[in-house]
Amino acid sequence: MVAVVNKSTFSKVFWPVLAWTVAIVFFFPIFWMVLTSFKTDADAVKPEYLIVFTPTLENYLNMIENYDFWRFAKNSVITSLFATAFTLFVGVPAAYAMAFNPSRHTKDILIWMLSTKMLPAAAVLYPMTFLTKNILGLFDTHFLIIIVLSLINLPIVIWMLFTYFKEIPKEIIEAGKMDGVSIWGEIKDIVLPLAWGGLASTALLCFIFCWNEAYWTVRLTTIDAATLSKLIEGNRAPEGLFFGRLSAVSTAAVGPIVVLGWFCQKQLVQGLTFGAVK
Amino acid sequence: MKTIRTSALAATAAFGLAISANATELTIAIVNNGHMINMQKVAEAYTAETGVSLNWVALEEGVLREQVTSDTATGGGQYDIINIGMQEAPIWGAAGWIEPLNFGSSYDMDDILPAIRAGLSHEGTMYAAPFYGESSMVMYRKDLTDAAGVTIRDSDSWANIKGAAAAMHNPDNGVYGACLRGKPGWGDNMAFITTVVNSFGGAWFAADMRPTIDTAAWEEAINFYVDLLGNYGPPGSEGNSFNEILALYNEGKCGMWIDATIAASFLTVDGVAYAQSPNAGNPVGANWLWAWAMAVPAGSPNADAAKAFIEWATSKDYVQAVGNHPDFGWGSVPTGQRASTYALPEFQAVAGFAAAEMAAIESAAPAATDLKPYVGVQFAAIPEFPEVGIAVAQEMAAALSGAKSVKDALAASQSAADAIMSEAGYY
Repeated sequence: MVAVVNKSTFSKVFWPVLAWTVAIVFFFPIFWMVLTSFKTDADAVKPEYLIVFTPTLENYLNMIENYDFWRFAKNSVITSLFATAFTLFVGVPAAYAMAFNPSRHTKDILIWMLSTKMLPAAAVLYPMTFLTKNILGLFDTHFLIIIVLSLINLPIVIWMLFTYFKEIPKEIIEAGKMDGVSIWGEIKDIVLPLAWGGLASTALLCFIFCWNEAYWTVRLTTIDAATLSKLIEGNRAPEGLFFGRLSAVSTAAVGPIVVLGWFCQKQLVQGLTFGAVK
Repeated sequence: MKTIRTSALAATAAFGLAISANATELTIAIVNNGHMINMQKVAEAYTAETGVSLNWVALEEGVLREQVTSDTATGGGQYDIINIGMQEAPIWGAAGWIEPLNFGSSYDMDDILPAIRAGLSHEGTMYAAPFYGESSMVMYRKDLTDAAGVTIRDSDSWANIKGAAAAMHNPDNGVYGACLRGKPGWGDNMAFITTVVNSFGGAWFAADMRPTIDTAAWEEAINFYVDLLGNYGPPGSEGNSFNEILALYNEGKCGMWIDATIAASFLTVDGVAYAQSPNAGNPVGANWLWAWAMAVPAGSPNADAAKAFIEWATSKDYVQAVGNHPDFGWGSVPTGQRASTYALPEFQAVAGFAAAEMAAIESAAPAATDLKPYVGVQFAAIPEFPEVGIAVAQEMAAALSGAKSVKDALAASQSAADAIMSEAGYY
């Protein structure tokens, strides 16, 4: 009895403490970044102003006045939204087909799709640049970035949706078929309502991945389609400590995603842990 | 009615054409450093005067190199003006990737510091105009050397530098004798290490371009570097480059720092003294030479407007414009570019490092000699150098951290460099 009580008390104390410790460790860089964004570049590297300092909005004002922040932000919103929509548009039917009408090659196709994520992006940088700029004329366009972001995220989205769809009993689909429901009707009226939670968390994760993507969005844009990743990249300096400025730009860039994640954390956790414990 | 509508349409079209004909737009890829950030503001006057609008694309150095290289090599014309350094300018000029630059007499080409001009030229033609240049020098805390009873002289011996570092080294009080680059990268640790190797009589390649990293000069130089930084440097030096050391120095944690002269303009601690880079007696010297410059890619559709902008942005007038700008002043003018800048009393009054910087740049020796059969001081101006430099940089960081012995690191470096050069068809 004593052992049971002790174990229970231990669990009640240990796990929350561990959870809070991990949360603080993960949150600390974001807290530090936000704090630094309110310091001048000079104060940001002075140990005497580590915690106590005179806050300033100088970096934020500078970002808006001199760095055309809203243009970058608008491009991030446009490319992330459309890429997420396009990825789902392609991913939902693909996952549906593989979940409910599997062939003997379905597993191979799923593995192959995932394997495309293993290709190092740098390996195709030159052909991508040459192709999009010199042949297709798509360099630095929203269209190109939307397509690239969609293709990057498509394997993950299909895998996630496939996992959700597999959880839906086949009998329900078959019952629908017997009632004469079309394929589109099956997706729209049966599968999507039942997998709505999974679809929402997949869309959220896809949007976050699109927003944070920083390899191709930096390298396939110049001005017109440049996203916030490019603005952050442009504020890194090898010779000079511009931490205040860099922190302000980074805070403004991750702010919307942090807020979005905060409001949708339930769906995100569901999406990330789905199928992990059975 | 139809005639009126047609006339109105024609007038609108003509007006539109007139606007598009006059509205030249230049897209400029820049490295993100203080001088270039200032230029964006100062150039507002240029736009107001000429009507040429400027789109600035600021990029981190590595990404800039990657983007500009792929754009220029594919003849893409993504940028009208690009920032390149001394490593790229002569190679790209020879390859025809960038336009030769010829400016009017008022530009005063002879005012450009000769070493910088030579480093940005190929066969006497300048392909990139410098907007700031740098060498390397010793920056040290005079209060600490005085307290320790040691002196640091111009072109001092490495033995004396080590002695001074040992005398100032006091880790219990958070002061480290010498702060030097250790972070792997051809422009990071290898920039400094190459100058040490040069001063010990070593070089990257022999006359037939075979790597010479397995020579006694390299071994002596690297043993010295590992010993100096390992014993008298801050912990974790293999992760430190310019920015990390700048932060340490401004926190008062470095007795001395040997690095780019541009660092002097970022130092906020009092009592900094300067000396020319140490040497072990080799005429190649131990101070590096670098310039960030502006060039016009061969594919640019606005080449003439781009050249006109570069002519203004690297002129004496630009230096005056920065010095007299209400947001900047004489402490912010680009240095290491023009001799006339160093003669300006306004500049001399605010730049205590000016004389040391000028002397360092003037004494740098980038030309190929019997001792060093390639152009460049802290790099070799060949296309393969970045690849060789990165491979060796990793080995040097491993030696510094103790993960490998100096001998093993040098052997692995030699082998990697040999494979790269052989594959490139040098021999």
